[in-house]
Amino acid sequence: MNVLEDAHRTTAPDHARHPTAAIGHRLRQPLSAAAWPAAVAAAALLLPLFTSPYWIQVLTAAAVFSVAALGLSVLYGRVGLISLGQIAMLAVGGWTAERLGQTGALPFWLVLLATGVVTGLIGIVIGLPALRLSGLYLALITLMLAAAVTIVLTNTNFPNGGPGFLGYDPVKSGTVPLARPAVAAGDTAYFRYTVVVCVLMFLLAIAHTRGRPGRAWAAIRQSEHAAVAAGINVTLYKLWAFALACFMTGVAGALLAASAGGLTVYQFPPQESITLLAALLMAGMYHFAGAVVAGLMLKAMPALLDTWGVSGNVLLIVFGVGLVQTLVTSPEGIAGQMSRDLARLGARVGMRRTTS
Amino acid sequence: MIEIRELTVRFGGVTPIQAMDLTLPGGACGLIGPNGAGKTTFFNVLSGFVTPATGRVLAFGDDLLALPGHRRARWGLRRTFQTEQAIEQLSVYDNVAMVHEHTGGHRRDRHRDVLTALDFVGLSVSPTAPVGALGAGERRLVELARAVVGRPRVVLLDEPAAGLPDEETGRIGAVIRRIPAELDAMTVLVDHDMSLVSACCDVTAVLDFGRIVAAGPTQEVLRDEHVVRAYLGTEEVA
Ligand SMILES: Nc1ncnc2c1ncn2[C@@H]1O[C@H](COP(=O)(O)OP(=O)(O)OP(=O)(O)O)[C@@H](O)[C@H]1O
Ligand SMILES: [Mg+2]
Repeated sequence: MNVLEDAHRTTAPDHARHPTAAIGHRLRQPLSAAAWPAAVAAAALLLPLFTSPYWIQVLTAAAVFSVAALGLSVLYGRVGLISLGQIAMLAVGGWTAERLGQTGALPFWLVLLATGVVTGLIGIVIGLPALRLSGLYLALITLMLAAAVTIVLTNTNFPNGGPGFLGYDPVKSGTVPLARPAVAAGDTAYFRYTVVVCVLMFLLAIAHTRGRPGRAWAAIRQSEHAAVAAGINVTLYKLWAFALACFMTGVAGALLAASAGGLTVYQFPPQESITLLAALLMAGMYHFAGAVVAGLMLKAMPALLDTWGVSGNVLLIVFGVGLVQTLVTSPEGIAGQMSRDLARLGARVGMRRTTS
Repeated sequence: MIEIRELTVRFGGVTPIQAMDLTLPGGACGLIGPNGAGKTTFFNVLSGFVTPATGRVLAFGDDLLALPGHRRARWGLRRTFQTEQAIEQLSVYDNVAMVHEHTGGHRRDRHRDVLTALDFVGLSVSPTAPVGALGAGERRLVELARAVVGRPRVVLLDEPAAGLPDEETGRIGAVIRRIPAELDAMTVLVDHDMSLVSACCDVTAVLDFGRIVAAGPTQEVLRDEHVVRAYLGTEEVA
């Protein structure tokens, strides 16, 4: 992990060209960070007009996983805290949402919010060891916590309308998805609902990184001593980052709980978090558009390979090679490359406009 | 005024600061000494990065060591680092604004205070420029602006001109001299550049192997034969 970190750090002086570099002054941003989610949302809302029901389910999952990637992007890309527990947090969010939904007392949006609050609080607890650990140790701890979640969920299962705190009825077995909101009962409508909520999560992350927490995180990421000397409460802002990441991931997990067929523990293998990290490094850790690309890589690419009749395991090899290639040639990842190319294009178009 | 009493720091078998007793009267004070003398370690004690084995530090009567590290910035303690630490990912403006917002500066004063600080250090680049794109001298000035924005009371400068060409060192020296005079903040300057120290500091203390070996008016201290021997070897005082 240190190698990755170093590769990331030493090649990163390209920050010069990062669109987020001038946060306080909102000038000179080639493509405003908020334009990304807006464009993605527009595309996603139009997409169902052209695709099959199968792809709608795939893209719903991709949207959910892009939020999990977003959480990691905040933690690692912005604060420098690595977490390999994002997929497990997705599972915890799914469990919590199904259990809350089973009571039948809360409207869907409130289930989402309450789930986020629960996972956000769990995030703070997970963040506590992160105050003392970093790098490889933090990666190990979070991976072990993820494995523990898998073990627990294997035994408790996801709620299926049974009695008690666990809400699981072994006789009935089977899975029961979270009831969807009335406005989004069909798959297409639910896909759109999911996209809207995911865009809200992206906007939440953007609001954070452009504001006071984002500045504090940037300082902590570079040097904790510099942050302390600037008066930043490092403990508070690290825990805040964990709370935010886990809030967003929990909400995404809740969305997944209502997507299709209910949840099983096999959907959340702990090692998937490593794949998520690889995908995000490739897609662009520092750009939020990278999280969208990572979500697509994780969920849409296997589906694509599937339709072509290629084994999904090929993807692991592709990710491995792609990761090395990215770290060597373009540490900003696909999204960084894209935003730079677009900025260049925008500048060229703008120039033409002013000269003509 | 900073009063240091019986300050000792231990790292395992190393004792970089030994029973240090020193009163820094105010204004601009120099702290010099050979490599490894404990100067940075002393700053790290004041910043809260290093917990001393024994000792007390009173800054304007307040027990500095009793405050958590990040609270000391709000109290008015500021510093720069030997390896400059302007935050690369942020703009020049955000670098300075960040200190302002975490040290109790009011939001409505922020814009004015930040621009005043940038002006004070004489940084001429655009405030929206990303720090990652600046040269070494400009980044040092950004760090200096971070140290003087708002209401600093004590400014610690750890080799603020290290590695810069003479001309830029001169400019930084001019800024340092104005900190006590115009901002009413006392300044402690650590540097190996004797001409910078004698140009900026009224009084100077000499640290050698973690002990204060001389302290007093800068010109006298630099002539002191202990100092010449301990610190400057056989070379002439520059
Ligand atoms: N965290 C640490 N752990 C162990 N030893 C340390 C630590 N920090 C500093 N030291 C040791 O303490 C001594 C004093 O170091 P310090 O950095 O304070 O010197 P300095 O006076 O700033 O030197 P220079 O002029 O080279 O910057 C050195 O021997 C150094 O190796
Ligand atoms: Mg030093």
